[in-house]
Amino acid sequence: MNSFDHFTPATLTEALSILAERNGNASIIAGGTDLLLRVKNHIVKPAAVLNVKRVPELRALSFDSNEGLRVGALTTLRDLTRSPLIRDCYPVLASAAGLMASEQIRSLATLGGNLCNASPSADLAPPLIALDAVACLVSLSSERQIPLAEFFTGPGRSVLQKGELLKEIIVPPPQGKTAYLKHSPRAFMDIAIVGAAVRIQQQGGKCQQARIVLGAVAPTPLRVRSGEESLEGQTLTSEVIRQAAKISAESCSPISDVRSAAWYRKRMVEVLVRRGIEATL
Amino acid sequence: MKTLITLNINGDAREIYIDARRSLLDILRDELALMGAHRGCDSGDCGACTVIVNGQPVTSCMMLAADWNGAEILTVEGMAKDGQLHPIQRALVEKGGIQCGFCTPGFVMNIKALLDENPKPTEAEARAWLAGNLCRCTGYAKIIEAVMSVAEESA
Repeated sequence: MNSFDHFTPATLTEALSILAERNGNASIIAGGTDLLLRVKNHIVKPAAVLNVKRVPELRALSFDSNEGLRVGALTTLRDLTRSPLIRDCYPVLASAAGLMASEQIRSLATLGGNLCNASPSADLAPPLIALDAVACLVSLSSERQIPLAEFFTGPGRSVLQKGELLKEIIVPPPQGKTAYLKHSPRAFMDIAIVGAAVRIQQQGGKCQQARIVLGAVAPTPLRVRSGEESLEGQTLTSEVIRQAAKISAESCSPISDVRSAAWYRKRMVEVLVRRGIEATL
Repeated sequence: MKTLITLNINGDAREIYIDARRSLLDILRDELALMGAHRGCDSGDCGACTVIVNGQPVTSCMMLAADWNGAEILTVEGMAKDGQLHPIQRALVEKGGIQCGFCTPGFVMNIKALLDENPKPTEAEARAWLAGNLCRCTGYAKIIEAVMSVAEESA
């Protein structure tokens, strides 16, 4: 491992100043469970490591029935599974976090890390996008909000600019029911070969609003708008549900890799989207 | 770059100059000669390096020690008291939950974290909680038996 400078800022301004000074060439460490693997394997050779764990501005966790949820980037997966607030208002986030890694890793790994590492299989991305979550990005000179659906630009890549940090995620008040289903060969300690989040809001026996978001089957988490449109305004009969599941499978572009063949991922998308919709009824 | 940090380990405050590249596991083993936390995969998968930090079970191989200045750390060396094994350790011995013993310290610490939070887990809950601890002798049945027997005793 090459040597690096190590910083532990105590405030957001201090953290952003260091990032700006280093022209963005500092690796941000929160939980560290992704970064340290890459450093150990010489995939990343950071000149500086910026430990943001002591930055209080990244620790928001509050709910307001008009504004929704503010959840800071430093919130650990363990916090998500335990927080009464999350469990009551956004149970899908607690259950998605609980499907990841192990108890030990969940004590370290953070919401911000899961999103900023931008893995196509990140388990928190599909349910958050299905909930219409917004990412708050800050730099020394600006603060901006962007729909999480537009945050990811490719495997390991996001819209984050040099000098910018993900501060928190804002999730609107929950509308309808949301489900996240993950398919992986092992029940625990495994990465999704397909993830599917579905949110359905019904009124008068008809689907008013739908969200279908897939993980691990495209370069980024994938929102299937054509599938959503096939549900909206309809009574959700098994025929309508099957059709949306089929559209979802046709819309994704999975790769074949060590975890799964592309054809199998497509088949599983169809199954998971159907079950996901059924789980919200 | 060396940094001075304080770690509270098994009740003792220890001031240590560390290289920022070293993991918490490196510091425990190489600087403090606490050999209980084991280096298995060194990538967060096997759980052999599990210790309890600020009340939560963690894989110490996946933590930069420099990030954890001031942390309260409990390792397997802090479990036995006055020469008496902790009930979790005793149960693992009595139920045959130890074969080669390499995974044992990690299991002891994660079982402690489990029972601290949930003193009466179901077997399914115990298995799920311990999913991040691998036993290459595959002695899981006896380990789970030991967990359930400690939970039983706490009635």
